[in-house]
Amino acid sequence: MDVLGRYRNLIVLVGVLFAQLLGLAVQVKRTTDSESTRLIRVWAVGAVSPFEKALVWAQTSSGNLWHNYFYLRGVRAENRSLKAQIEHMRLEQVRMSQDADQARRLQSLLAFKEQFISQTMAAQVIGGSGSELSRSVYIDKGYKDGIKADLAVITADGIVGKVLRVYRTSALVLLIDDQTSGVGAILDKTRLQGILRGTPSGEVVLEKVMSDEAVPPGELVLTSGGDGIFPKGLLVGKVTKATPGSELFLNIRVRPAADLSKLEEVLVVTRIDERQAEPDQTGAARAVDILAQRLPGVPPKPENAEKGAAAPATAATGTGSPEPASSGPGKTPARTTVTGSDAKPKALPPQASNSGAPGSPPGTTATATGINAVTVSPKPVKATAAPKPQPAVEDSPH
Amino acid sequence: MAITYTSGEQVEVYRFSIPATILIPLTAVFLQAWLPLRFPFFSIFDLPLLVTIGFATARRSPLAGLFTGGLIGILQDALTHQPIGLYGISKTVVGFGASSLGIKLDVENAGARFLLTIVFYVVHEVVYFMIARSLVGLRMAWSWPHELLSGVANAALGVLVFMLLDRLKQRT
Repeated sequence: MDVLGRYRNLIVLVGVLFAQLLGLAVQVKRTTDSESTRLIRVWAVGAVSPFEKALVWAQTSSGNLWHNYFYLRGVRAENRSLKAQIEHMRLEQVRMSQDADQARRLQSLLAFKEQFISQTMAAQVIGGSGSELSRSVYIDKGYKDGIKADLAVITADGIVGKVLRVYRTSALVLLIDDQTSGVGAILDKTRLQGILRGTPSGEVVLEKVMSDEAVPPGELVLTSGGDGIFPKGLLVGKVTKATPGSELFLNIRVRPAADLSKLEEVLVVTRIDERQAEPDQTGAARAVDILAQRLPGVPPKPENAEKGAAAPATAATGTGSPEPASSGPGKTPARTTVTGSDAKPKALPPQASNSGAPGSPPGTTATATGINAVTVSPKPVKATAAPKPQPAVEDSPH
Repeated sequence: MAITYTSGEQVEVYRFSIPATILIPLTAVFLQAWLPLRFPFFSIFDLPLLVTIGFATARRSPLAGLFTGGLIGILQDALTHQPIGLYGISKTVVGFGASSLGIKLDVENAGARFLLTIVFYVVHEVVYFMIARSLVGLRMAWSWPHELLSGVANAALGVLVFMLLDRLKQRT
């Protein structure tokens, strides 16, 4: 009895350590997240995340106040420059859409199925794990917002990681530089496939590429789609070094395209659609058509004069319902309005994806100004009639 | 600078108010999770460890030290995606050791605290490394220069943290 009293502290220490070791062993043995530890995690995250959210909110608000109200120098000049850039990019888009349409035609011949990011949700990074051995961050969206485990998380620069655990108003995102993460990746030019993993020191390496292959530094690394989480073709990073490693495989170091140490806002890919590519039925818009919109047009002809040569113009909508294009005076005889819920951007450029709920997709042009709007959509758009968009022939406000 | 031997009667035992006992570890864990995102160099520090050592040396009760360390560690574990217990076990050992040493040594001056923090930082890292590698199977590399440098950095911050804790502790 006296011995027990004398060594009481030591006995309690051994007991507490034994209990924790036992708990640890049980968790390691189980492959799935056990409910008992989930409760502890929920409490811990619930205790910490409100403070994190409050701090991030205060930081963002003060930043917005400064940038939106006080620091507006050079905005006009920047606006002009951006407008010019948009015009240039629209012409560039025409060229690219022709290339894309050609690719789609070939893909449809091969019955090739593509994956599209059809819905994303913007989220803010509110905190980290606080451990160098757990490279993960918390975002301010949880299952209340529709976030689920194993969703891909990306930024405009490249992929970030995947959702690992989901709580009510927050979620834990495992970054690609964590040693327990794994992403199916493919090299852009050589088309060699491998597995992207993190290292204990926080570097990212591409594994399982045979050492008899040549991988030049600077080559881009993209997602291969093989992991079932990231759609194919998203930018991962760039090869910085490739040296022969052990067991016949190359040791390829990759610098992630997204800056994982300075994450602020991310996009959670909440829906990926898979469908077969279809060739563009409407025909490609030409650069001259885009330019024609900007030129002053000819005044519209009187309505009765039109009736003789009335080519039934139809608005091509996403639902495919035809409607007369010329519905009153002052309207142009042929109006091609391309709208539709299926006109969504492809997966490759993340910045082109929708943020938040699916709204009006990029690539569709509104016709509220009363001018002919020829839309150049990056996706195939079905049209019921008037396969070729007509150039603008009326006054343009430009 | 000298670590002086004192008898059990000579050392003073302190306690912390309930709000301080709850809020200080919570704040430490929160800052540990938040600051490295804004200032990546901060990941070298281990604020919850410093709070564990600070509480343990002030209270000078091995039981209080091991339970405080264990709870802070488990809270820290819960924010990571690793199994719960890695930090819990490490900080339990540190809490017990720091409070046991606090009974025997006078650790009121800055020099003693500096050395104590370096020693317990290394002890913490050794225990963590062993469990993470042997039990959890994580790939880890041990680097003495890195650990010692981190120990010195944590000790420097620890001296400041202990000064803050001194203001909040109450004599029993």
